Amino acid sequence: MYKYDEYDTRIVRERVAQYRDQTLRYLAGELSDDEFRPLRLQNGLYIQRLAPMLRVAIPYGLLGSNQLRKLAHIAREYDHDYAHFSTRQNLQYNWPELPRVPDILEELASVEMHAIQTSGNCIRNITTDQFAGVAPDEVVDPRPLAEILRQWSTFHPEFALLPRKFKIAVSGTTNDRAVVQMHDIGMEFYRGSDNALLIKVWVGGGLGRTPILGEVINDALPWQHALTYCEAILRTYNRWGRRDNSYKARIKILVKALGIEEFRRQVDAEWAHHKDGANTLTQAELARVAKHFDAPAYESLDAGDAGFDEKLANDKAFANWVKRCVHAHKVPGYRAVTLSLKPTGIAPGDATSDQMDIVANFADQYSFSEIRVSHEQNLILADVKLGDLYALWQTARAAGLATPNIGLITDIICCPGGDFCSLANAKSIPIAEAIQRQFDDLDYQHDIGEMEINISGCMNACGHHHVGHIGVLGVDKDGSEWYQVSIGGKQGNDASLGSVIGPSFAADEVAGVVQRLIDVYVESRTLEERFIDTVRRLGVAPFKARVYADRQPGKREVANV
Amino acid sequence: MSELRANLIKTDGGESRLSMNDEWIIVRLPAVQEEVKKQAGKVVQFKLTNAESATAAQTADTQVPAGKVLLPLSVWLARKAEFSARVAAGEIGVWLETHELVETLFESQPDLNVFPVIGVYIERFPDGRAYSTASLLRTRFGFHNELRAFGDVLRDQLFFLNRCGFSAFEVRADRSAEEALASFKDFSEPYQAAVVVDQPLWRRHARV
Repeated sequence: MYKYDEYDTRIVRERVAQYRDQTLRYLAGELSDDEFRPLRLQNGLYIQRLAPMLRVAIPYGLLGSNQLRKLAHIAREYDHDYAHFSTRQNLQYNWPELPRVPDILEELASVEMHAIQTSGNCIRNITTDQFAGVAPDEVVDPRPLAEILRQWSTFHPEFALLPRKFKIAVSGTTNDRAVVQMHDIGMEFYRGSDNALLIKVWVGGGLGRTPILGEVINDALPWQHALTYCEAILRTYNRWGRRDNSYKARIKILVKALGIEEFRRQVDAEWAHHKDGANTLTQAELARVAKHFDAPAYESLDAGDAGFDEKLANDKAFANWVKRCVHAHKVPGYRAVTLSLKPTGIAPGDATSDQMDIVANFADQYSFSEIRVSHEQNLILADVKLGDLYALWQTARAAGLATPNIGLITDIICCPGGDFCSLANAKSIPIAEAIQRQFDDLDYQHDIGEMEINISGCMNACGHHHVGHIGVLGVDKDGSEWYQVSIGGKQGNDASLGSVIGPSFAADEVAGVVQRLIDVYVESRTLEERFIDTVRRLGVAPFKARVYADRQPGKREVANV
Repeated sequence: MSELRANLIKTDGGESRLSMNDEWIIVRLPAVQEEVKKQAGKVVQFKLTNAESATAAQTADTQVPAGKVLLPLSVWLARKAEFSARVAAGEIGVWLETHELVETLFESQPDLNVFPVIGVYIERFPDGRAYSTASLLRTRFGFHNELRAFGDVLRDQLFFLNRCGFSAFEVRADRSAEEALASFKDFSEPYQAAVVVDQPLWRRHARV
């Protein structure tokens, strides 16, 4: 993984000193709340319902075991002994004290980490595929360009105060796992006919209150121009994006208002001035960064392992886990493993300090001391030997990290919601828990099959509810919490936005509604058909009919919101 | 008439210092009663890019004193003919509002270096359009004289403003410019190319 040189170290150290000074001036009354707000946000510090929340950057979701141990240490020393992995591959502390945040940053800097630009109206953490570098379907390892983008965007002076937040995702596979179409800029790296590295660029995707899938602005950008092309997009957006209404300030609104043709024309006109400028990349610079991501020292292994096969045949619990949590690897004899942070009854994405330490130990013992964070809020060990899987599973299970539910109905994506977030209209964690309890039977989960339930506590959509096969959105109706349910959303290459099935539900009804949706699916599915396929084939109507069958308009429990 | 501004910082060749003898007078449009716009119950704070800045009556009524003056762009556009002798004497500069386009000024005066100073008014510091305005003035329109930020100019944005090409900073009157000087040294080696430090880190230094 990427190791800091003296310059990276210096920038992060200087940032700690700058932020410490800003915090002291704020506490001394020399900075007003309004003046301090953008400064603390650009350092990931929100003022929340109960306490500040600090979001730590995990660039493109990659962590060293020493870094994860440091995150565990911070949770113990400065927080309530746990932390939350977010849907943007970052980590959030829910209870830090504002005056101690500079000390937390100092701790982070000691392991080459920071909280730079994890919030605020600037370029946020660059995200990518959690299986980057190991996926069999990977065409190009996206991590070197992700790191180059990270450096370029860090304290970019012209784009420090954009109309609104700006998220970039990159991917190097044909089968998109980085949801590039849901980002302000999405980039898919691929090889052209002469093996040249090219980039397909989407712009103007995003969820939030106006969900829009991105549109292709350039389908064959030579990689050398990745930064200058982004600069042209960002300058166009910085100048022309709306600032008069924060709900209409994302780049997607500008792209929609102009139309993709006109937006592309403006970007190309701007790019003509940037192209081949100083930020143009060279093969030497790409190679310099890329060598940080060289493959680890894999052993030469057989494709199969007799011990593994034997356990698989004789231990059903292990086989269940392998089926859901173990993923193909491009190197023979290796597998990637997802450690589920979604056991029933725990807020999705939460991990205790002890669990983080345990995962760090797993990484040291089994996976070249590296961990990845997925946007589905789980942790991944990317390079585990087939022969080690059984031992890993046994200890992971004891630590509550081996719930065999990856990609199943209880592997719920969920924002922190009204329990923590001051933006939320409604709680989301108890809804996730109620659904997990409704479907707690593992055989039933496997029978239902691939299923993504995404829950957001408000229309900012941190829980990505628009692209859940079932999406749940918390809404406020006369001061009480209601939940709008949609079906048919999907991430990936064939991404789609879900359709709302009808009036909203009270909190204690949601799990029952999900049950009825599942019932319709189970009764109607053809062989091999996933929930999403059935919804796409039948449309919303039969699902809606079942859910609302015994409800009359105007009945108390149905709110028309 | 010269106005003493203790809150003006100028940068020159990487050095930043307080400037105590500034001769430039910033000319303002006469105030008009403006309707307060609201959206979703909130006052709209930011004008759309290239929105109308002033009425004909405002530009006509603007009093322009003798000496070195920074004119509002709208006054310059409406009345430039009357200032030709003063432009030649180096007494005229122009300032842009945050939402005004540098292209508009360029179309009226292709050689921007006839102006010893161009100003950009920062109405509210979280509005980053001024950063692009400055970058364009320096890199596309060849302006190499003083580029001054004034208005809601605060210490914690100076480093970025400077890197985008501003060379003079009139710090908001209730804040100390002297204390703000420290912020120019917040970061010693930025990653990316911009106007000031115009090569990326990897082109400036051999990195491992």
